[in-house]
Amino acid sequence: MDATVRVEPPAAVGPVMARRPRLRRDGIRTFVVTFFAVALLAAFLSPMLRAVTTAVKTPEQITQIGAPLYPADPATFEWQGKDYPIYEVPIDGQTRQLALTRKGRVTSEFVDPANPDAGVITWEGSWRSLPQAWTFAPQWANFGEAWRLLDFPRLLFNTVALAAIGTFGTVLSCTLVAYGFARFRFPGRTFLFTLLIATIFLPAAVTLIPTYTIFLKLGWVGTWLPLLVPAFLANAYDVFLLRQYLMTIPRDLDEAAAIDGAGPLRTLWSVIIPQAWPGLAAVSIFTFVYSWNDFFAPLIYLSTKPELQPLSVGLARFNGVHYRDPALIQAGTLMTLIIPVLLFIVFQRFFTRGIVITGVEK
Amino acid sequence: MWGYLFLSPWIVGFLAFTLIPMLATLGFSFTNINLAQETPLTFVGISNYQRLTTDPQAWSSLAVTFRYAAIALPVGVILPFAVAMLLNSRSLRGSSAFRVLFFLPYVVPFVAGVLIWQGMLNAETGWVNGFLQTIGIENPPNWLNDTGTVYPALVMIGIWGIGAGIIVNLAGLQGIPTELYDAANIDGAGWWSTLRHITLPMVSPVIFYTLILGVVEVLQYFLVPLVLNNGTGDPAGSTLFFNLYLYKQFFTFQNMSYGATLAWLLFVVTLAITLVLFATARRWVYYAGER
Repeated sequence: MDATVRVEPPAAVGPVMARRPRLRRDGIRTFVVTFFAVALLAAFLSPMLRAVTTAVKTPEQITQIGAPLYPADPATFEWQGKDYPIYEVPIDGQTRQLALTRKGRVTSEFVDPANPDAGVITWEGSWRSLPQAWTFAPQWANFGEAWRLLDFPRLLFNTVALAAIGTFGTVLSCTLVAYGFARFRFPGRTFLFTLLIATIFLPAAVTLIPTYTIFLKLGWVGTWLPLLVPAFLANAYDVFLLRQYLMTIPRDLDEAAAIDGAGPLRTLWSVIIPQAWPGLAAVSIFTFVYSWNDFFAPLIYLSTKPELQPLSVGLARFNGVHYRDPALIQAGTLMTLIIPVLLFIVFQRFFTRGIVITGVEK
Repeated sequence: MWGYLFLSPWIVGFLAFTLIPMLATLGFSFTNINLAQETPLTFVGISNYQRLTTDPQAWSSLAVTFRYAAIALPVGVILPFAVAMLLNSRSLRGSSAFRVLFFLPYVVPFVAGVLIWQGMLNAETGWVNGFLQTIGIENPPNWLNDTGTVYPALVMIGIWGIGAGIIVNLAGLQGIPTELYDAANIDGAGWWSTLRHITLPMVSPVIFYTLILGVVEVLQYFLVPLVLNNGTGDPAGSTLFFNLYLYKQFFTFQNMSYGATLAWLLFVVTLAITLVLFATARRWVYYAGER
């Protein structure tokens, strides 16, 4: 990983004749580095490919040794009214795909599917040692099966509703709080901001038990309220991100609005928000995906109410029931990840920007 | 006054979901409080803490968490940095496409990611062992079901979460002024000494940030085993993480006061490690313009 060598020697240092070999050396380095990155990325993303191929396989193929990596069925050939399995048979120095019509210990009989009229071919050797032939056969029906068994439409509705309401609450509350930190002077501001940042590093375990107990006493366990109400009360990450963003917006327009007699809320609505929309978009997309993927909070607050659970909890429950059927599990898994992945691909600029603000600009 | 008004949602949230619960957790640990509360609520002094000192499972769970952290933390800090170095290399073609694709698994839902990797690490049908057999390893490990390999396997499951770390490290690398590299080059510095004396010091704030967040995260680790085997601690108790033990004390055994005691211990351990790291930061974290 030759990564920091970003500065080449000034052109005047080396003789002109050295130019050509150096260019070639740079070319080799580019090739090696890029090739290494491709290999690393392939390994990094290969589980995704395995999930996709497994999702459309039959249960028989997954457990069979020597089966191909792509989804396939054992190839068969219909001859004289019966289906016979096809094997890779070495005959006369070449491998032919032949249908096994009569199994024998010493000799077996085959028929050539390409030319069945030629009659029976007798082959000496153990048919058990022959590799089976496969035909590409994705089992798309696995997705329909997972859809039905997961009760996917219900889980999808719950997930989208929780994520949408939670995102609305988070953006609303975090914008107000960030505006307060970014634009107003008041005693204790620095202290409160430090306190806000400190909560990022607080282990959630230390607040879990009383928080759960409060929600239980309120009768909110088994409803969406423990998941939604906190969203309307701001969180450190998004307040920090928005506050950093608002600090970059010049105050001239604020001041002009104030001279025109606009109050703080009016200024926020018609001056700040129109300029802060990339920051707001980053927070929205982050919160939406975070909420979509959240597992622990819906698990503890909705464990007794399957009809209210989002996809994350539903998928874990599905895995507990159908763990013996990897194809179904992977099909369900892909169905839960497709929307966050698409959202990321469409909005990836906002994602990276948001992470850079929270991670570097401290 | 307007300032406080705008801050009020967070202040209410901080009081209701952070400060009061935190103090309540501390308070609970000195009582016999319970969800069912069949006996009257009384102050029991330090008896929960006495139980803690003689509870072998609490300490072996803490040891499990530390053993896992010993592998997960270095990987979680070094790997995002190394990938960011690669993505920042001038010799890499198509770096923006690589950036998007390396980040992509970060948005895969947690449960989905765990289930995908569980399949990937399956001893018979997983591709990890398939690959190992292809390169000639006859008896590849039974990753998640063997106490000797379960922690590396869990670290592999966690690898899909490095996207944010890569982006943060990359932004740090891109923020290094090019003049520093020009100067190093004129002085004849090689790759290693450039890394050692320019790159690492300049990105040390980012590394410190990922390290601190990593410590807080790894000490609370337990959700992956909870999804994998419903929190049984298999194989042989090697995945009975401290936070999983806490979770079971509270949700399975409904023991609020002892759960609170465990939570407070976790908080104190996290705080102690974080403070030690902050104390050492003066020596190795470089903040431009502060000296």
